[in-house]
Amino acid sequence: MDEVMLSVRDLHVEVGDVEILHGVDLDIRYGETAALFGPNGSGKSTLLMTLMGFPKYVITRGSIEFKGQDVTTLSVDQRARMGMGMSFQRPPIVRGVKTRDMVLACLRREASESEIRDMAATAGLSDFLDRDVNYGFSGGELKRSELLQLMAQNPDFVLLDEPESGVDLVNIAVIGELINKLLQKEVRIRERHHAGLIITHTGQVLDYVSARTGYVLIDGVITCTGDPQEILTTIKQNGYEECCRCVM
Amino acid sequence: MRDVMSEAQEQTKKRAKRREYVDPDLRKYGTTAPEQSYEDDPHRLSDDMKRRMLGAGVMLDETGARSGTFIQVDQTPVHVSSVQDGVELLAVRDALAKYDWLSDYWWRAVDSGADEYTASVDKANANGYFMRALPGQKTMLPLQACLYLGTEGLAQNVHNIIIAEEDSELHIITGCTTGPETESGLHLGVSEFYVRKGAKLTFTMVHNWQAGIAVRPRTGVIVEEGATFLNNYVIMQPVQDIQTNPKVWCVGRGATASFNSVIAGHPGGRIDVGSRVFLEAPESRTEIVSRAIVNGGEIIARGYIEGNAADVKGHLECRGLILNEGGIIHAVPELRGAVAGIDLYHEAAVGKIAEEEVQYLMARGLTRDEATSTIVRGFLHVDIEGLPDALNAELQKAIDSSENDLM
Ligand SMILES: Nc1ncnc2c1ncn2[C@@H]1O[C@H](COP(=O)(O)OP(=O)(O)OP(=O)(O)O)[C@@H](O)[C@H]1O
Ligand SMILES: [Mg+2]
Repeated sequence: MDEVMLSVRDLHVEVGDVEILHGVDLDIRYGETAALFGPNGSGKSTLLMTLMGFPKYVITRGSIEFKGQDVTTLSVDQRARMGMGMSFQRPPIVRGVKTRDMVLACLRREASESEIRDMAATAGLSDFLDRDVNYGFSGGELKRSELLQLMAQNPDFVLLDEPESGVDLVNIAVIGELINKLLQKEVRIRERHHAGLIITHTGQVLDYVSARTGYVLIDGVITCTGDPQEILTTIKQNGYEECCRCVM
Repeated sequence: MRDVMSEAQEQTKKRAKRREYVDPDLRKYGTTAPEQSYEDDPHRLSDDMKRRMLGAGVMLDETGARSGTFIQVDQTPVHVSSVQDGVELLAVRDALAKYDWLSDYWWRAVDSGADEYTASVDKANANGYFMRALPGQKTMLPLQACLYLGTEGLAQNVHNIIIAEEDSELHIITGCTTGPETESGLHLGVSEFYVRKGAKLTFTMVHNWQAGIAVRPRTGVIVEEGATFLNNYVIMQPVQDIQTNPKVWCVGRGATASFNSVIAGHPGGRIDVGSRVFLEAPESRTEIVSRAIVNGGEIIARGYIEGNAADVKGHLECRGLILNEGGIIHAVPELRGAVAGIDLYHEAAVGKIAEEEVQYLMARGLTRDEATSTIVRGFLHVDIEGLPDALNAELQKAIDSSENDLM
């Protein structure tokens, strides 16, 4: 499918009265996976949080269109129910709410205990269902917990903020598998519908999840678009300066 | 600028005024209530009565879940039954007549002269329940007691004695409630607990009052060597005014006392609840955990731990959630250590629901209302270690059934 699913135009975003994004343009097609690179503090998380609709991120100019509808002013939950989902770089702890209840809430339907258990097992979180959401979770456990919730939510557009950071080598494979499920990688490209935008510093996750497009965000501006592996190699060899000079 | 200042001062004055507070006046309440007839089969009590009692965790239609039942209406025990060997359940006046030795326990854990309410219970020759687990007897099925205030404007007097003898285990659920039409009244309840060496006693109390009822429980607990006292308290329904501050003495090595409270405040109500634990013996421990939630009115959540012996441990935790403007939560955690080598600490947090958490749940597709109630439900979730599963479930049910009234 070549139709555009998400279309971002001239997006300017302020956080606490400081402009962080200075006019971002981005198109993601149905079935496409894109990778987002960029130095610390360049605004990557800001972009994802804005796409998801968190009110702290104030859009001062530009627009976001999702599935043909202008969602610029829609709330987080409205966007979630339209099919957007997000895995957080630093998710909050929700005391008292059990991971099981969170999974059920994400499902938005009745589910048997065995179904929930199976999902948790896939994420390697069988023993976590009775624990408070994210409470006392290790770095890697947090990432898997985020993906477990997303699997239950089953969005058709996923925003993944550094899904592999802090994850050990064995668990990266687990994470990769979960993301591939979310992105319907088992479905033939022609029939694939789900799309995603993945923030990664090391590109490690891309060894498991293939991405078609790469973007580099520097100081709130997308400076480069291209093949993700090529971009990664350039960054590794020459740092981000090369990307700054890149003429798209 | 001046306007802002004077407005702020005005607000402060208003709040201070609200805090000016008068204790209920004993003279305003009646002391005599109609005699009640004894009921062999509590199942035959009126549906209204049973419904109110069920709201306080007292089950009269499924007594299979209980090892015994005590019901006092106003000043009179109307039903006492026990189906379990190894536990005794009597009206306390009958128990005093039966056992000479019981007078040694009468006014030992609570000082009869502590205040006018306690003195009034003493003067009234109050009745109440006597519960006792015999030495070595472990009973998992709880005993239940209901204190029912039926007569309008009455000061109800109650005096209970609970003894868990050496190496016994006893679980109790007590429900305090009123008649469906009872608009005002004062409940005065003295409870003295004795947890003997190696015994375990859990006491779960559910309050189900009405907006015009004042309540003054007076509780003392003595916990001996290696014994455990576990106290759970739930109040979700409106009340006019509660003030209670149980005193617990851990007098034997390794004695343990735990308190869990779930308290909901409603507009116009005032709930001042705490616990004071005195760790008098080496290696004794305590944990006091309270969760307070207000949609109006005021909750004062107190906790006091005193460490007077070596290697004692104490933890005090108070979490408060303010649902909307007008509610006040005042946490007063206090620790006092008098010897070296003790370990006491406290945590207190009062605030509104964290917006970040609400947004997080909304990002999963929940509406704001759904996210908020999920977080509130989580806040009010109890899973008390050491409490039988069935009791944990009942406690949670008591909380859940009232949750909607809060939101
Ligand atoms: N509430 C805030 N107030 C002021 N500045 C903020 C706020 N939140 C974020 N910023 C700033 O916005 C910039 C972009 O932050 P963002 O989290 O989007 O970066 P990032 O590209 O995701 O970085 P990293 O790779 O470290 O995760 C940073 O300089 C950050 O300090
Ligand atoms: Mg980031």
